[in-house]
Order: sequence, then structure tokens, then C-alpha cells
Amino acid sequence: MSVPAAFDYHPATSVDEAIALLQQYGDEAKLLAGGHSLIPAMKLRLSQPEHLIDIGKISSLSYIREEQDHIVIGGLTTYVQIEQSDLLRKHFPLLPEATSMVGDQQVRNRGTIGGSIAHSDPAADLPGVVLALKAEIVVQGPQGKRTIPADDFFVDTFTTALAPDEILIEFRLPKATGSTGSAYDKLANKASHYAIAGCAAVITRGQDGSCSAASIAITGATVRTIRARAVENALVGKQLSETVIAEAVSHATDGEDMIVDIHGSEEYRRKMAAVVARRAIMRALERI
Amino acid sequence: MTTKRSITVTVNGQQHQTEVEPRMLLVHYLREVLDLTGTHIGCNTSQCGACVVMLNGEAIKSCTVLAVQADGGEVLTIEGLAPEGGLHPIQEGFWEKHGLQCGFCTPGMIMASYQLLKNNPHPTETEIRRGLEGNICRCTGYQNIVKAVQDASERMSTSAETPVPAGD
Repeated sequence: MSVPAAFDYHPATSVDEAIALLQQYGDEAKLLAGGHSLIPAMKLRLSQPEHLIDIGKISSLSYIREEQDHIVIGGLTTYVQIEQSDLLRKHFPLLPEATSMVGDQQVRNRGTIGGSIAHSDPAADLPGVVLALKAEIVVQGPQGKRTIPADDFFVDTFTTALAPDEILIEFRLPKATGSTGSAYDKLANKASHYAIAGCAAVITRGQDGSCSAASIAITGATVRTIRARAVENALVGKQLSETVIAEAVSHATDGEDMIVDIHGSEEYRRKMAAVVARRAIMRALERI
Repeated sequence: MTTKRSITVTVNGQQHQTEVEPRMLLVHYLREVLDLTGTHIGCNTSQCGACVVMLNGEAIKSCTVLAVQADGGEVLTIEGLAPEGGLHPIQEGFWEKHGLQCGFCTPGMIMASYQLLKNNPHPTETEIRRGLEGNICRCTGYQNIVKAVQDASERMSTSAETPVPAGD
């Protein structure tokens, strides 16, 4: 029987209360949101917090709304809420698209965007999307709020820029300007649906039809979620023919440390990262 | 030693107040504390769907939810789907269309189908297969499971008195 190691449970009713509990229990505490990464890890005893601070019922952190130049998403917004959001479908189709590929309906009912990003599993889907969309990640700690650009957030496998006494509370997604399309594609593990290789692509086309901006992120294949700068550089300024795209995606994981496990060798993952990157870029272009 | 917590959960319309260890999973609470053994434990890794129940109107995998997280909530299990002695249209569909062989996955399949049909009363075959992607049948009886859900969809649209159980 697989059950977590014993812990004390602290349901928090507000962000301030949760931060105070984090300060009180320090390294012995973990935050629980939807629990669909943490509880499996606890059942395997990979994680054994002595104190579990449940922020799952802080309903004020669950929202999707439009501001002047941003769409903002609360940290506790579930995958299902993102998947069904017309606002997100209109502005960032890759986000509901990627979310619909997470796990299954039951997992999407519970899992949250904040939980996924704070957990930062390199095989998860949303870190790549957040990175490609250049999200501003708002976190709150004892000294108040600060904003971390997505590019600075994903430090290493399961490691982020979030301090131990901080809570991820909001994502601010800058609205796209000009002619922009976006898409997410992945090769999924058949059982878990985690990405063996995934790619989030946001492409902007200028007046002359050439690519004026590209934001490409790779998940699943590399040991941490990355921006594929070599691919972006190979796209920007060019007319995006199939040949140009094929050449660009061949650099998807250049110089990166790869995940190697029973689901795929280094060589396989590099090749699959290029395949999903090509598909994501092509689909993003179709959506412009 | 950790502190036990008192939780109040309404299961199949009946309220229960229980002291539980915080680490107790919802599926163990249902099976071992309340003796509702219709909810099964399969993979225990949130992949197979044998443990699916409704929590506050949404299908969830009860092996990946703590009982304390259900505090104050409403749970619907396979036992609460139809009144004592009766069958819900989804159960009738699984019976009529042979939607089960060994039956181990069936409670989870039915609860996942319940959410699917609640959100989408007339799903296409593709939508049914996608709606049940989190439920695994190792007898591989998927063809008849799809037929069973289609049958239930028809039953529920023609039945004037589709049971809407408590807890949902």
C-alpha cells in the first residue's frame, strides 16, 4: 500500500496565513494546491514534508481575467478552467491546447497552473507554455509581492526561483501584438501523458510576411524547460518556408542536457524535440 | 506523531464526521472507514481510474486526494448513483451492452462516464473515448464500454426521470 509518510495538516484560508505558516515551519513544510504532483511524490516517499499547508481552498487565487495589456491567471486556476476559457482561446490558443493534453479529465479537474509551474517538472506541459508566452510570474512572500520573468524562473530540474517562504499567486501574460499565432505539440507517454518531448511556439509575422518574432520553448526532452534560442534566431527575419523551419528545429536542443530514461534515449529525444517543434511552429503559423 | 483531524464529508447524501490521520487518502477513507468498497484501488498512481468518484460535482481520482481535502465537501460514489435496489441508466447501459468483463474498472468507468454525460449529454464516439482516457480496462473491453455510454446517453435523454443523486 502506497501512502504518504505522516505529516501535520494546516488548511490556510488566506495567502497571508499560508506565508506565516511557511515562515513558521520553514524547510519542513510544503504547499499543497491541487496535489496532483505533490501527493504522488509523497506516496512514493520522494517527498516527506512534516507539515503540509493546504492553499487549495483559497478561492481568491482562482481566476482568469483581462486587463489592458495582459491576461492574468490566478495561481490556483485549474487545468479545466484554463481549457474551457474563451478568453484564453482567443488570446493564447496554445495555453488551452497544452492544458487539454495534461493527464486526463480527472487530473485536469484537480491540477492547477500554479502548482505545475512551482513544481517545475521538466516533463510537464505548462512550464514550456509559460516560458513561450513570456509570462510575468507574481509571487508573494513576507516582504510582499515581486514579479519574476518566466525566463528567470526555471532554474533546474524541479528547481525554480521561488523562495521557500513565497507563494506563486499570479501569471501575467502580455497580450500579443501584430500578427501572432501560437501552438503546443508533444509526443506523450501513453500511460502518464507526460511529454517525452514537447514544444510551445509563439510566432509573429511582420508586414513583409517574414518572421518578426519567435518564442520557442522545449519541454520533456531537456532536464529543465528551456527557450530554444538557436531555433528562434534561425527563424527571425526569414520567410518561414518548410526548409527554413526544418533547418531551424534541428537546433532545438543544441548544447542542452537531455533527459535519458526508459522512455527515450538522448538521441531519440533530440530528434523528437525537433519533430514536435516543427509541428508546433507550423500550426502556430496556420493560426496567424 | 501527527495530529488527527476531524473531517465532515457528505457521502452519497449522508453526512459523516470522522477523525482521520491527515495522510489518509480519500479512497482509503471511503473503503476502510465508510466500508464503501465499490470504489476500487488499481494502479494507485492516478493513471488507471479505478478509484474515480465525484467530489463537489467533479470526477476525481480518489487515490490522489487526501481525505482531509474533502473536508466540508460532497462525495458521490458508485453506491450512491441509484437508489437502493435500482440501477442508474449508465449502470443499465453497461449491463445491456456488456460494458464489462472482469468488472474491476467498472465503478471508475461509470463514474467517469457520469461526469462525461453530465457535461455533454450526447457525446460522439471520439468524445467518449477522450472522456474516458483516464480509465484503463485491462480486459480491453473498450468497444463495449463505448457502446454502453452511447446506450446510457440515449436512456438518459429519453428518460423523464433521470435520477439526480444527492451529493452532486
